[in-house]
Amino acid sequence: MSRALSKVKLPYLLLLPGFLFLFTFFILPIINLAQTSTQTPIAGGDTGEYEQTFRFANYIDAFIENREQFARSFIFAICATLLALAIAYPLAYAIAFKAGKFKNILLVLIIAPFFTSFLLRTVAWKQILGEEGFVVPPLRTLGIIGESTTLTSTSFAVVIGMTYNFLPFMTLPLYASLERIDPRTMEASGDLYANGITTFRRVTLPLSMPGVVAGTLLTFIPAAGDYVNAAILGNPNSKMLGNVIESRFFKIVDYPTAAALSFTLMAAILILVTLYIRKAGTEELV
Amino acid sequence: MVDVSSATRGDLRLTRITKTYGDFTAVDDLSLTIPEGSFFALLGPSGCGKTTTLRMIAGLEEPTVGSIHLGATDITTKRPYQRPINTVFQNYALFPHLTIFENIAFGLRRRGIKNVDADVNKVLDLVELPHLAQRKPTQLSGGQQQRIALARAIVNRPALLLLDEPLGALDLKLRRQMQIELKWIQREVGLTFVHVTHDQEEAMTMADTIAVMNEGGIEQMGSPADLYDNPKTAFVANFLGQSNLIKGRIEGTDGDNLVVDLYGQKISMPKSRSHAVDNSIFAGIRPEKFRISLVGTPTRGNVLTGGHIEEVSYIGVSTQYQVAMPWGQELMVFEQNDDGVPPFDKGDQVVISWEPNFTFALRGDEDAEAGTEVAPDDLDEDE
Repeated sequence: MSRALSKVKLPYLLLLPGFLFLFTFFILPIINLAQTSTQTPIAGGDTGEYEQTFRFANYIDAFIENREQFARSFIFAICATLLALAIAYPLAYAIAFKAGKFKNILLVLIIAPFFTSFLLRTVAWKQILGEEGFVVPPLRTLGIIGESTTLTSTSFAVVIGMTYNFLPFMTLPLYASLERIDPRTMEASGDLYANGITTFRRVTLPLSMPGVVAGTLLTFIPAAGDYVNAAILGNPNSKMLGNVIESRFFKIVDYPTAAALSFTLMAAILILVTLYIRKAGTEELV
Repeated sequence: MVDVSSATRGDLRLTRITKTYGDFTAVDDLSLTIPEGSFFALLGPSGCGKTTTLRMIAGLEEPTVGSIHLGATDITTKRPYQRPINTVFQNYALFPHLTIFENIAFGLRRRGIKNVDADVNKVLDLVELPHLAQRKPTQLSGGQQQRIALARAIVNRPALLLLDEPLGALDLKLRRQMQIELKWIQREVGLTFVHVTHDQEEAMTMADTIAVMNEGGIEQMGSPADLYDNPKTAFVANFLGQSNLIKGRIEGTDGDNLVVDLYGQKISMPKSRSHAVDNSIFAGIRPEKFRISLVGTPTRGNVLTGGHIEEVSYIGVSTQYQVAMPWGQELMVFEQNDDGVPPFDKGDQVVISWEPNFTFALRGDEDAEAGTEVAPDDLDEDE
């Protein structure tokens, strides 16, 4: 075998493990899921026994039945994404430009929560927002929330939980793109008669757009499909689509509806993300 | 927002400026006046405080002590965007997300000018790049980016244009060409240019007045010819070109001249060119001012005998000689190759002579090596 030929083959060999893995654990399950989504119960069969009838109306039924959770998933995900952006941008900005020698320590702190379980941290929020936690009593004393108002088991708690859990995914890409900005471009902006706010609007923000787009996508996509936060911090009226899919699969054993909902969610996210990237026009940047 | 057209103009005056960072003093009690309309260069090695000085003028740093006036207006604490001053940054700092046109229009738009097309196109013509208006900065070569950075600054017609090592990133040939162009543009637009550089040749080519900076202060200020012909300190003598500094003593006077003893040989020099404070001096002579002749041939002017050629380097237009003197010092001599005389050979016994008027005298307690350690062309970043 010639050297040149093996050189041509090398990239494919490198791709092979990843491809095999994705084929087995992504492509095959997706095909299986697609098949399941158009099945119907076997007449006279047991619970959980389905046969392929290519009933595409499953999609319409599933959507109409769960349109409320559908809408809620996207509203919660958008709220959590915006909140995370509002918190993460100043944070990333401070780390990138003002932290000096503390830069690395702060970056470690951003990812430190990953060292403990996602589930455990979400349960911890239940304590924090609980009746005996350190948030509710002071707010009651100050009269900001009423005596009968609780924070746990609310939509608010779900959004807060998601914001918290996805904050690092927002912060890190923002930091990466802010850190790449040459501070002299900001000085040049000041030199060219732009005050601080104008400099941010005309120079810093446009130059950090790749980070904003990456961060919002990394937050929005998992948040839209999330069910842990709603399950732990929510109530029956704050269920998201993820919770519906989970209960259809594992409790009601209604595989076709769960599969149809999964595909609908995927499609909806894909469409929204495509529109968003088009609008944000990241390819225009740098 | 600054209305540059009616804003203060006039001379820039720095009064007793000091800038410290913790224990480090970057600029030390510096006073300086830059006349309106001049091409002024701040020249010095890395870390001499020239960039810090420039940044204080731009408003990017605030002086620890002292004041800055533009004409009659105190601008010491004004924010950069409040000053009628624009900067050409060292690495150009063009906005990568904007087109060349929008980069140049940036300052005009921030000042609320609606119709910017005519002004922008005019400066694009001035820097001879009108065809690049719709490109992005990353699509331009270094030399083109440099011109755009200049255009982006001068389109605002500032009272003062600051240039921070503007040619540092360009190769030698392009740098020479841009030096001539910058000088031409400065005459064309008639703005005050303040140019920071570590390249003495660049400063001498372009500036009307040069302030040589060292360790946070100004060593000497004057026209390029003044500084070169009559340096006041060893630092200036060595940093601006090369100098032979020979230890000596003032023995007496002879009319307008001083009689100086250099290791037992008497020379004469004009009194007015001595910057010494007592009798102990360094006599300074530029290498190209020396003449070499073989022992026994006629000489004129000041004469030093007893040397022999130690080293010969032929470099085309001239030949450089190292001449070993009896007191152990090696003197540098540049001879133009224009007289058809064959070069001297290594080992030749020679006499060195020069016109007394070319001699300058520095204080004898100076460090004769000051300003030689830094090879100016090796430095890229400042501070």
